[in-house]
Amino acid sequence: MAALVNRRTVISGFILLALVFPFLTKNSYVLHILTLAFIWMIAVYGLNLLAGYTGYLSLAHAGFFAIGAYSLGILTVKVGMNYWLAFLSSLIITCILGLLIGLIALRTKEHFFAIYTLCVGYIIYLVIDKWDGLTGGVRGLIGIPVPAGVGPLSFEEPQSQYYLILFFLLLTVLMVYRIVHSLSGRTFIAIRNSEELAKTLGIATMKNKLMVFVLSTLFAGLAGVLYASFIRFIGPDIGYITITFDLLMYLLVGGIGTLAGPIVGTILIVWVSQSLQFLQDFRMLIFGPLLTLLIIFYPRGIIGAFYEWKIKRQEKKRMRALIKKHKDAEFSDANSVPDKKVKEG
Amino acid sequence: MDILSQQLFNGLTIGSVYSLVALGLTLVYGILHIPNFAHGAMYMLGAYVTLTMMLLWGIHYWLAMAVSVLVVGLLSVLMERLVFHPLRNAPPIHDKIAAIGILLFLEALAQLIWGADYRSMGTPYGEVINLFGLTVTMQRVLINVGAVVVMLLLYLFLKKTMVGSTIIAMAQNREGAHLVGINTNKVAMLTFLISGGLAAIAASLAAPINLVFPGMGHLVILKAFVIIILGGMGSIPGAILGGYILGFSESLGATYLSNDYKDIIAFLLLVIILSFRPKGLFAREGF
Amino acid sequence: MFLETKALTKQFGGLIAVNDVSFSLEKGKINAIIGPNGAGKSTFFNLVSGSHSPTSGQVIFKDQNITKLPPNKIAELGIARTFQTTNLFEQSTVLDNVIVGHRLRTNSTLLDAVLRTKRFKREESKCKEKAIEVLDFVGLTAVSDQLASNITQEEKKRVAFALALATDPEVVFLDEPAAGINPDETEGLAELMKKMVDRGITVCLIEHKMQMIMKLADKIMVLNYGEKIAEGTPEEIMNNQMVIEAYLGGSASA
Repeated sequence: MAALVNRRTVISGFILLALVFPFLTKNSYVLHILTLAFIWMIAVYGLNLLAGYTGYLSLAHAGFFAIGAYSLGILTVKVGMNYWLAFLSSLIITCILGLLIGLIALRTKEHFFAIYTLCVGYIIYLVIDKWDGLTGGVRGLIGIPVPAGVGPLSFEEPQSQYYLILFFLLLTVLMVYRIVHSLSGRTFIAIRNSEELAKTLGIATMKNKLMVFVLSTLFAGLAGVLYASFIRFIGPDIGYITITFDLLMYLLVGGIGTLAGPIVGTILIVWVSQSLQFLQDFRMLIFGPLLTLLIIFYPRGIIGAFYEWKIKRQEKKRMRALIKKHKDAEFSDANSVPDKKVKEG
Repeated sequence: MDILSQQLFNGLTIGSVYSLVALGLTLVYGILHIPNFAHGAMYMLGAYVTLTMMLLWGIHYWLAMAVSVLVVGLLSVLMERLVFHPLRNAPPIHDKIAAIGILLFLEALAQLIWGADYRSMGTPYGEVINLFGLTVTMQRVLINVGAVVVMLLLYLFLKKTMVGSTIIAMAQNREGAHLVGINTNKVAMLTFLISGGLAAIAASLAAPINLVFPGMGHLVILKAFVIIILGGMGSIPGAILGGYILGFSESLGATYLSNDYKDIIAFLLLVIILSFRPKGLFAREGF
Repeated sequence: MFLETKALTKQFGGLIAVNDVSFSLEKGKINAIIGPNGAGKSTFFNLVSGSHSPTSGQVIFKDQNITKLPPNKIAELGIARTFQTTNLFEQSTVLDNVIVGHRLRTNSTLLDAVLRTKRFKREESKCKEKAIEVLDFVGLTAVSDQLASNITQEEKKRVAFALALATDPEVVFLDEPAAGINPDETEGLAELMKKMVDRGITVCLIEHKMQMIMKLADKIMVLNYGEKIAEGTPEEIMNNQMVIEAYLGGSASA
């Protein structure tokens, strides 16, 4: 129970920190980077649901991120649709495409799935890059509007954008938290452990995988939509494989298949990247080997390593308690009654 | 007719390169069941090493290629030892991610050493010749001949030598190979050596007709994956055949469909294949 | 007829793994399938549980043809199975591992999970109760809070049983439940199977340990090279000439 209270405090503390952060810094650049990190986190959560909890490594997520971003860009700039209507439509478009691609992609497994999604991601990138008439090709789309005001709220200022995106991030985390801690989440984990076993436990694996896949593309799309109206310019590069690899790195460093992983990993890598800015294009000289070393030595990232340490500590405590109990039992026989026979169910 | 035969020759040339890259990929997959995403980086490094040897030390093309084969081959072995070997019992998602990590590192490294510029590689075989009524450069002929020679050598090595047959044996049954006393570690290292060498040859042959840049391996590796899925993951004849099929479809597609979208052909092919055969074209039904 | 197979056949390429096997389970009894290695026992299980679809023949469960049904539908009908090795989620507790076993009897969706609806709460506790109940049944209450990575081999076998039982099955197929555990523990698992039968669950198992089978089973089918060569009570099987030949001439797994 103490641990729960403890965790609650930590979470509340972080949310509070995120809420007051714009007042703590006058540096608009820092705020800009942090807002961008929030956007990546949303996409990473999507990837985490699929790769971390269900065991399907999708390499097409930059593609879905780009689909979300371009849908919004095209609908607002070219079609001139109402912002929030375009926002919603973009998410729906991403989900529909996710559903169609998922229907086929999820028939494949493991390596085939990774390669298949890698190719799907590349197709999405190529289409965006070549379909000049629709996407603006290599020139990209300029002048995407900021989110339209809702009632008294306006999102013109960087601060208000920060809060809007923080809101969506918290919503994402809440959703993922609730899903992971539910029968649905257990179902996904069962599929990750062994699809064959899951099936014989009566789980409709295809249906469940498809749900995760679509949900995961929804988050990627949401991140893309937010990105488009935050940066207000998009080019084909946002759909390129390097973005998928970035997302993957955030996830792995933080901890794949953990709830806090996406936040920890993204913040850390974005922060380190900023401090290593002189490296720019060469940051992969550090992050590439880091990714490889992590997967060899700490496959569940920072958060995973932390949990392992905590479990080991608890284990030690338990052992100590057990030894103490045994010592006590030597004095009084009260504790040494043999275990009761298992009662009939 | 003229355009057609010209395009068929082009297809043959591209196909030769694809086949060589896919061969290395399929060998590694057959032995270790690793989809080696870093193979594209090996290809890229192969081109750079050859280029550097030629520019820096003025070594002859063929000698530079030999050095490149050695360097990339050894690098590939190093990769197996340091990364894939420790991960041999890990869940399948891990070695893919590790391979991606290596790929990102090597690309950044290449950019650090050689810069991000597109470079072209000179060749002593730039002259234009007339071949059965086709006007082609000598280099393109070399690519085709070179690829066939390498494939024949590989075939002879795998079929006619003891060491080669252990590779085949291990590809068919890893546990079994271990039981009959094959040193699986050595075979794995040897396979990576060959795989890296093949990538270096392919890149060195193709570089004079393409450009050399840090990201040059991306498309090639993706297409090589398409090819080995087309030809059956782990299958050697499948990789060769698949390489040529893709080469032809691309060069014909570029001429008769759209040059802009020619790179999509491979991926559409893959998407279609996996839609109907989720385990690849020539997957065997297992128990 | 409770559960029966009619002329069930499975071919892999040129190899016939199961050939024309007709067999019916005795309801509420312990049924066993024995045979040398590679006799097609596991394939037979895979056919009945829907993991493989047969080349020809039928599987009938309570007058319903289930031959073409996918494994999850078959599980829903009340047919559960275990595997020789069960992959548990090692970083999770035993209880957490078993809860998902009752998932097929629930309907809550992602939306229920996100909105924490009444149905969600009801079904979450229902699954948890079920898991506690079956863990108690298989005698694992004491370790239910431990991580799956910390329990013994024999306890893992029991968790596999618990998972199967959590699906509320009428019949349970057990694939070599006693493989890799010692004689004392085997005895314990045999007790557990009897307990399952007492509770009205039909049991069908594949086993190599002959002594255990002869003591335990009510009905035995013997497979050899994919074909049924004998069927009957333990006494009948022990005196069957073909069975003796198959075992003496075949592998030494008896």
